[in-house]
Amino acid sequence: MPKDNGIGASPKRREDVRFLTGAGNYTDDINVNGQAHVHFLRADVAHATINSIDTSAAEAMPGVVKIFTGADFAEVGGIPCGWGVTDRHGNPQQEPRHPIIAHDTIRHVGEIVAAVVADTVEQARDAAEAIELDLTDKPVVVDMAAALAEDSAKVHEDLSSNLCYDWVFGNDDDDAVQAAFDSAAHVTTLELVNNRLVANPMEPRVAIGEYSRGTDEYTLHTTSQNPHVIRLLMCAFVLGLPEHKVRVVAPDVGGGFGSKIFHYAEEAFCTHAAKACGRPVKWTSTRSEAFISDAHGRDHVTKIELALDSNNNFTALRTNTMANMGAYLSTFATSVPSYLHGTLMAGNYKTPIVQVNVKTVFTNTVPVDAYRGAGRPEATYQLERVIDKAARELGVDPIALRRQNFITEFPYETPVALTYDTGDYVATMDKLEEIADVAGFAARRAESEKKGKLRGLGVNCYIEACGIAPSNIVGMLGARAGLYDAATVRVNATGSISVMVGAHAHGQGHETTFPQVVADMIGIDESMVDIVHGDTGRVPFGMGTYGSRSIAVCGSAMVRATEKIIAKAKKIAAHLMEASDADIELKDGQFTVAGTDKSVAWGDVCLTAYVPHNYPLEELEPGLEETAFYDPANFTYPAGAYACEVEVDPDTGKVTIERFSAADDFGNIINPMIVDGQVHGGLGQGIGQALLENAAYDEDGQLLSASYMDYAMPRADDVPFYQVDHSCQTPCTHNPLGVKGCGEAGAIGSPPAVVNAVIDALKSGGKNVTHIDMPLSPARVWAAMNG
Amino acid sequence: MAKVSMTVNGKAASGDVEGRTLLSSFLREELGLTGTHVGCDTSQCGACVVHVDGKAVKACTMLALEAEGAEVATIEGQANADGSLNTIQQAFQDHHGLQCGFCTPGMVMSAAALLKDNPKPSEAEIRDYLEGNLCRCTGYHNIVKAIMAASGQDVSSIAAE
Amino acid sequence: MYEFEFEKPSTVAEAVAALADEDAQALGGGQTLIPTLKQRLAMPSKLVSLTGIPQLKEISDNDGVLTIGGAVTHAAVAEAAAGSYPALADLAGHIGDPAVRNRGTIGGSLANNDPAACYPAAALGSGATIVTNRREITADEYFQGLFETALEEGEIITAVRFPVPEKASYQKFLQPASRFALVGVFVAKYAAGVRVAVTGASEEGVFRWAEAEAALDADFAPGALDGLSVDAAGMIGDLHGTKEYRAHLAGVMAKRAVAAAR
Repeated sequence: MPKDNGIGASPKRREDVRFLTGAGNYTDDINVNGQAHVHFLRADVAHATINSIDTSAAEAMPGVVKIFTGADFAEVGGIPCGWGVTDRHGNPQQEPRHPIIAHDTIRHVGEIVAAVVADTVEQARDAAEAIELDLTDKPVVVDMAAALAEDSAKVHEDLSSNLCYDWVFGNDDDDAVQAAFDSAAHVTTLELVNNRLVANPMEPRVAIGEYSRGTDEYTLHTTSQNPHVIRLLMCAFVLGLPEHKVRVVAPDVGGGFGSKIFHYAEEAFCTHAAKACGRPVKWTSTRSEAFISDAHGRDHVTKIELALDSNNNFTALRTNTMANMGAYLSTFATSVPSYLHGTLMAGNYKTPIVQVNVKTVFTNTVPVDAYRGAGRPEATYQLERVIDKAARELGVDPIALRRQNFITEFPYETPVALTYDTGDYVATMDKLEEIADVAGFAARRAESEKKGKLRGLGVNCYIEACGIAPSNIVGMLGARAGLYDAATVRVNATGSISVMVGAHAHGQGHETTFPQVVADMIGIDESMVDIVHGDTGRVPFGMGTYGSRSIAVCGSAMVRATEKIIAKAKKIAAHLMEASDADIELKDGQFTVAGTDKSVAWGDVCLTAYVPHNYPLEELEPGLEETAFYDPANFTYPAGAYACEVEVDPDTGKVTIERFSAADDFGNIINPMIVDGQVHGGLGQGIGQALLENAAYDEDGQLLSASYMDYAMPRADDVPFYQVDHSCQTPCTHNPLGVKGCGEAGAIGSPPAVVNAVIDALKSGGKNVTHIDMPLSPARVWAAMNG
Repeated sequence: MAKVSMTVNGKAASGDVEGRTLLSSFLREELGLTGTHVGCDTSQCGACVVHVDGKAVKACTMLALEAEGAEVATIEGQANADGSLNTIQQAFQDHHGLQCGFCTPGMVMSAAALLKDNPKPSEAEIRDYLEGNLCRCTGYHNIVKAIMAASGQDVSSIAAE
Repeated sequence: MYEFEFEKPSTVAEAVAALADEDAQALGGGQTLIPTLKQRLAMPSKLVSLTGIPQLKEISDNDGVLTIGGAVTHAAVAEAAAGSYPALADLAGHIGDPAVRNRGTIGGSLANNDPAACYPAAALGSGATIVTNRREITADEYFQGLFETALEEGEIITAVRFPVPEKASYQKFLQPASRFALVGVFVAKYAAGVRVAVTGASEEGVFRWAEAEAALDADFAPGALDGLSVDAAGMIGDLHGTKEYRAHLAGVMAKRAVAAAR
């Protein structure tokens, strides 16, 4: 029987009622008295010297409050990068200044060149058109290989080249690695592109800055996944403000997928401008602006080589990747192609030698940073594609080849620095074969062929490192922040509970799931527990939500804080029942003395804590509120196996997803309904990457897919109903809930399955196509078939 | 500026607007009905879908003055008179058909328009009808399932709650 | 958007008068024009809505000719033509999405003549007559290239007359992002001959595929098109498909249209 309450139950989401009735409170729904609006004049060329900016005509336009240019921000800090990667020679990454407003040089289309604050948005826009720019075009660098050529023009004149870092990870003994390849019975090589994407949460970014002269306090409302991180970065690195004078609020946020982690120029601008203008300043991004100002994702070009012995055991893996950074380093940009990617290159396999080489490259494009999965999809894609290619070259079953090389004993130390604490890849593959009905594929293929369609089956595994992250480990690897999280459990006098959590929900349903945990631990009804999130003025601290970390890290902090509450409550209960603390048990909201019929209710204990008339005041403080910070001991390792079945129309190259199955091991699960939803959403995005989405630049640095007219978003008729299963559960061994996180799995695990399936379909049609780069648009598939 | 009057969710509403004022802006800024969302500027995401004289339209691609005299229905007027969720809204909650909630008002309004014309749509008909409503969170699975359930169809065999 | 005046006349004469102002522009359903204005790519002084003119919303079916008023929405055509001209109804019922079809109008689509729009294929493929406040223009004369038509300043499409064919079909291959036609082919079989119109593919906008028409005149069957192809030169090549791909798709969609014609 499914549970109807507590951990493992699927209560309906409590946040839904407001969203379903139009009562949500998104940042753009907020209007502040006296607010002015900012319109950003954005560069329409990719690389140019700014000779002069004449704002005089614009300043005289109706409604204009103030116009800002780079000169106004010359004394303000740049946007910081939160991770410093050390290269193969021990040198730090090259780290250019990242200005709020371009000062003397424009480096990508969409970069802010001037900001017009006016009474209305349209007035600001009118005035922006009257700004006169005198620019001298500079050579544009778009292609990564060309950017690394010695004679390439440079994106940043003050750096030595367009190389941000040249990094090696895993086995760094080139000769030893080469020897493994030289002695291999078979080597499979694959060159591929992990296509550049735009996150596209449906809510565009918004920022509203306010400043109070009376108190010298600032408030920033922003569409963020991590308001405390924004406050820290903006105060400490950009504006030089004391944190206690700045409140950052991220109310209802309409999706993030990574793109709302980062500290953006517009946030710092609105905060700064509110004081400079003496009025609140609001910015609402249009979708068109979002395409050229939200950080993009992925954009890796990789050569991967897999060595196998004569028994088809993997003996070595070597990758060489170029990863695009864009024109500047966004908040977590440098960590994505390095530690979030290289550490996952072992995958689910016991390959003894793994070497990962990554060059990160500056180009005249929008900055690139984390997008759902962040580095782990790039690792999974190349690994699972090369394994599939190897299976075809060797004429063996791709599932059998994977099974043969699975890691089966845990804990397992990979050659790329991780220790997988637990897992069962055989179990998830068994489950996948069952739910995907792999046995019935041949019959379905025959049916497709009768209709003139080619049918293919693609399978892959994935593993991810989530629950980001142990602070000491990431600190050694270059992180400039700790990655713990925090929770404060505030029990009110009558027993209801507010939990202030550092995680931020922007679709994940924390308002429903987090109370399930606390209520379960105490044995009270979930309706007695609420969470508070998204406001630095109400939540003590937190590092936010990304990297499938909310329940694994913040949830653990919440458990620790609740444990403290329970321990204190037991002392109060012991006092009330004149018993020893050690004999007190808590079940279903009742404290009892073991072996007796004495009991006292949760509510009575809480009231006693706040009305301490009969209370051990000499030993115990009144009140019932506890905070815990939790720093994970290790990453968590969700893993699983995915299968995709496609039909390909040989006349047009159009690919249709006929079935998609996902067998995941997320460890213990708080709310199965929400976990399913997270997987569904990840699959939608992964299928989008595989078939549809592509942020393409031309050689002039113009984004060709700069709106939904050219950037193909997955729609309802692009995807099927999915079969998802998470009954294989190997609980995480090092966090109190045994949870691993589920937010990114779908996006990480699905692209290779789709591509493997299409290659399989084409093979069944007699087309020996070994690879097609994503997105597998009809045009690309048709071209590959007719190449 | 020109005066515009219409009926919104059964109540008379009027205001002064410019020629260029969009219906979505009028609803959000003049009337404070912020449930109608704006997610794109190319008339594709559908977060702004409302009903004008009973038909689904994109409020961000219609001038407010074009709605003069019209009956407009928005997400704020969809719940039952006692404040409880209507059948479609309830099905979205029951089947986890929303996550971040941003596309949700448009999805609910489109679903309502679909079910008015086609009380028992097939899965394919629902997916086809939602061509103009983008969701980035759900992978559409539970949205389609919720609409099928709202139309009284048995969805128990559809994988995963 | 730049600010503009707005007028909503109730007769064609009033609309024509309103459009006499400098830089005044007609507004159909606005499903293309409003997004264009949002990008500030146009700066009309005044928009004259045609959606309040009863005459432009009429649909009639007489002696094998279906006449559709210029301000009739795609949704209304999908419904009204379902019995009389199913291929046209099917085309109208698959333009954009349901909300777009509730606003977008046939006159607006034909006046804009987007190279990837569907209605130009129907009009050209049917040998339709575009009726304006001033004259009647045959489809063959009307379409003059990318976003170019025979319409003059201040001229309004009041109706479009479609001769109903013996059988017809429109087959559209979607551009994956915009869902406009990457290539769309309208095939219509009349007593006087077969007409084949291709949209989405050419740099010159919608065009008739004469070779295919001749082959289908001789034998109205998909196989009659075997070996025929449009010249890739002159096709659109972009992110979503090369010139060669579009040329190939024209053949595939034409065959499918012949097979599906009813």
